[in-house]
Formats: sequence, C-alpha cells, structure tokens
Amino acid sequence: MSSSIRLGEIAHARSGDKGGHANVGVIAYNQSGYEYLRSVVTEQVIGEFFAGLQPSRVERFELPGIHALNFLLHNALQGGASLSLRTDTQGKILGLAVLEMTIPRPENLEPMQKES
Amino acid sequence: MSVKSIRIGNGAGFWGDNLDAPRQLASHGKLDYLTLEYLAELTLSILAYQRSKNPESGYVTDLVKVVKDITPQLTGDAPLKLVTNGGGMNPVGCAKAVSQVLVDSGLPHVRVAAVAGDDLLPRLEELLNAGEVFAHFDNGQPLGQLHERIVSANAYLGAEGIVDALAENAQIVLTGRITVAALVVGPAVHEFGWSWDDWSRLGAATIAGHLIECGAQVTGGMYSDWNPSIDLGTIGYPVANLREDGTSVISKPSGTGGEVSIGTVSEQLIYEIGDPEKYFTPDVVADFSNVHLTQLADEEVLVEGGTGTEAPPTLKVSMAYYDGFTTSGSIVVAGPQANEKAHAAAEAIRVRMKTAGYELEHFEYECLGTGDTLPGMDLWHQSSQEIVLRIAARDHRREAIDRLTRELTPLVTSGPPGITGYTESRARSRPVIAYWPTTIPRDMVKTSAEVRAAQEWLV
Repeated sequence: MSSSIRLGEIAHARSGDKGGHANVGVIAYNQSGYEYLRSVVTEQVIGEFFAGLQPSRVERFELPGIHALNFLLHNALQGGASLSLRTDTQGKILGLAVLEMTIPRPENLEPMQKES
Repeated sequence: MSVKSIRIGNGAGFWGDNLDAPRQLASHGKLDYLTLEYLAELTLSILAYQRSKNPESGYVTDLVKVVKDITPQLTGDAPLKLVTNGGGMNPVGCAKAVSQVLVDSGLPHVRVAAVAGDDLLPRLEELLNAGEVFAHFDNGQPLGQLHERIVSANAYLGAEGIVDALAENAQIVLTGRITVAALVVGPAVHEFGWSWDDWSRLGAATIAGHLIECGAQVTGGMYSDWNPSIDLGTIGYPVANLREDGTSVISKPSGTGGEVSIGTVSEQLIYEIGDPEKYFTPDVVADFSNVHLTQLADEEVLVEGGTGTEAPPTLKVSMAYYDGFTTSGSIVVAGPQANEKAHAAAEAIRVRMKTAGYELEHFEYECLGTGDTLPGMDLWHQSSQEIVLRIAARDHRREAIDRLTRELTPLVTSGPPGITGYTESRARSRPVIAYWPTTIPRDMVKTSAEVRAAQEWLV
C-alpha cells in the first residue's frame, strides 16, 4: 500500500482571485477528513506546493462548518487580472492543482473519502 | 405560522454570462426578485471609456434585451422586481433605455429607479483638494500624480439606495458600482424591515448574496467534483429563498440541469474570500466562518450560521488608470519535437524584437498543452506533439507592443516546421487598465435614488 495519497481523495476545492492574491479553498468531504487536513495541510505545505507562483506569504483560515480550509496566496497572480501575462490570470485552476498534491496516507482513510 | 421569505434569483454573474438565464429564472424560478450582476473590476472601466466617447452610453446594453424578455413577468398580481448593477457608469442613461422598452411593450407605468453616488470621478479634484490622499489599500502609497491618468473612480455603495428605491415602489432598480451582496441585502431590508444595525441578519443575507452572485457557479458550474452525468447544457441558475431570520435555501428552477448540493454550495461559499470572519461590505462585515449546510431535498440546500459585525467606517473605492499597453496571441506548433520547436519560435520572436530595437519590459510565453498554465510548477508537465504557443507582453511603449503583434505570423514561413493555426485572428494592442484600490470615509459619499414611471423617464 502506498504511503501517500492525492489530496483529492479526501477533499474537493475551488480557487479564484482577490486582487493580486489567489484564494484556494480546500473542502474535506467530512469531519474526519477535515481534522486530518487541519493537521497536515499547513501554510508551509501550501507555500511549498505553489512555490512556482512565488507567493510572498500564505495565510490559512478555517471554516469548520463546511469542513474547509481557505488559503490566501499573497501576490501570487503577477499583479492580478489586469496586469498578468498568464493564461490563468485569475488563479481559476489552482483549486484543481492543489487536489493533485500528495499528502501522507492517513491511518484510517476510508471514512474520509466521499460517500459513493 | 409560516416564516416570511422572499425568493431571489440571480441570472448573471458577469457581463457576458448566458443571455437566456434571466428569462429562465423569470419564467420558471417563481421569483419575487431577479438580480443581475454585471460589474467585474474591468467592466466598469470599459464602460467609463464608452461613456467618455458617448455620454448616452456607459451602461450594460444587454439589459435592453433582458427587460424585453421578462416583460410578461413584470405585470400581474405579484409582478417581478429586477435589481441590477447594470447601470454601470450611467444609471440614468440605462433607465431611459430600459424605459423605452417598457413603453414600447405597453408598460409605461412600471417604475424605474436610477441609483447614484458611486461615481467619484467628477469630484476627484475636489476630494483631493479637501485633503483625501486615496492611499493604496495594500501598500499605503498616496495617489499623487497618478490622478491625472484615472479612467474611473467608484465607491462601492451599500444597499441603502436600493432600499430607498424599493420604498418608492420602484420595480426596476438600476445601480452603478455597488457591493454585489447589496442586490440581495437591499430587497431583504425592504421586505423584512431589518434595522441597519442588525449585523447578524445583514451578515447572513450577505452570505446568501455571495452564494448566488456568480450565477451557475453554485449550481454545478466549475464544480471540482464534476462528472459527465451532470447536465451542464441546461444548467439552472440559482435561487435563494431568503427567510426573515436570515437563513436561506439555495435551489434552482425544477427541470433544469446542473446540481445543487452541499458540495456545490460549499465550493461557492469559499470562492474568492479571504478571512472568512471578515468579509467587508459597506453594510456589514459578514462572518462566514460558522456557516453550515444541510441538504433539505433534491437540489435544495439550507444555509445556516451566517452572521456579521458592525459595518466599517470607510467604503472601498476602485480606481482604474491607464498603465501602458499589452497584447497576447497564439499559434499552433505540431509534430515531433513540438516542445523544442515552440521554445525556438518564441526565442526567435525575442531576437527579432531586439533587432527591431525593442527589449520588452514584460514578455512571457506559454507552451499550452505541456503544463504551462501552472507557471513555475511541474505538476502537469508533459511533452506533447501539439502545442499552442501563446505569447504575451506588456510595455509602456505602444509602438513596441504594436510591433510584437506583427511577429507571430512571419513564423509560418520563417520559423520551425509544423507551425499552423495562425489564421484565426491577429494579436491586437490594447491599453492596460490598472487598479488603484483605496478607501474613502463613508460620510463623503452620498447615495441617492431617482424613481420615475417609465413614461416619465422619456420626457
């Protein structure tokens, strides 16, 4: 058994822009997944994953009622939609990207996964 | 005894959204209010530019068609009300255009409101002379000499103007720049009689507004748990059934495609927010942090736990100014070694620009199809035998950008083999409109609503 999993096995996500900052929301499928996310998906982990975007700072916020963490990646969008030369000027695809992040496999994975 | 509630549907999340969505909601949403959100940051500066060329223009012209489409719902025992920020830079001009449609459709008595007060451009000199420095929201720099290049300067208004208009029996309310949640908060305050310091319920209604403001993004669009069985072709636009206690139920017209689930609603709740405890609007600082969701029925999600704290003493102001020129364009590179050839083509452009005397201030290229939409990240990197080479640049010299727009096509004959797809359109130069986010004390901004019957707007 692999010792790591895709974040997307226990969470879904959405991202967008706040001016020149990107927001990446990560939503666990349930309470047990949320508790695990809180312990492993830190500001540092997200900062390293998105290092290529050169965020000046990463902030993490909690929305326990929907089992979600919100990450604000400061200055990660080349100055924002009106200045950026990128295709993804507004950080729309960062949510799908973060779901590909590998995280350590939790001891009890099954209850964290989406009910099918 | 049933709880009083109002049904508000949002049929546009930006200017350019699906043109049939307002009619879908008006016909099948059983709505009390239809809202339409049109003003992204860039949209208002485009409208300001249009108005500078023609003083009659500067509003969202889609509204003319939309109002024509929904005329059947504007009459009867419980006529629909429309609240939108599509007035843009010219709510009065918009009111006249919409009124013409109403009169032509035999509805001369429908009352139309134009809400004003957000446009600070005519007052900019006066405000600067009075000592406002308009410090940049992020870095604290004063506006200084930049004010000479300002294209638009608009304060984000709250719901007050909408409430005033509805109190004067307006059935169509047209605003300019406004906090988008006010499109929902305004009707709620009007219908429920909430006081302006009822922070908890104002916060909860703001959250309902946030959930529907991007249209189909809460009903299955953009959903990261996408699967092919979700019918997007007939996707329904969202309805918030907002109750007097501030809780709401998100749904969509029956028989439409898409999905309303805890998954789709939670994704939209978190979309484009920062600190969930401090979602600033002119009416309230909404607190999203303890929102929780319950699937009440198929395609119905209950939203509870939203609250808020006292409104801030300042209003956000969004200024836009010209800041040079930009362009982007693409060609297709196909066949073996496509990656290497795309890079060679882009480097050839760089060399040719330098030979022409231009070292661009900002020049970037992406090899789309190889993982380049995530710049600097290896996540989706792969080689490909079919690449869209996209170049983009920004520079303060118009002539430098104009020259770059001519550099893609010559690659067809003077580049590596396998270049095609150049006929779709040539790259165009366009001005960069940059932003200056700032604030203003709220007592410096006066909101007003002018309400007249359609036939009176045309006099």
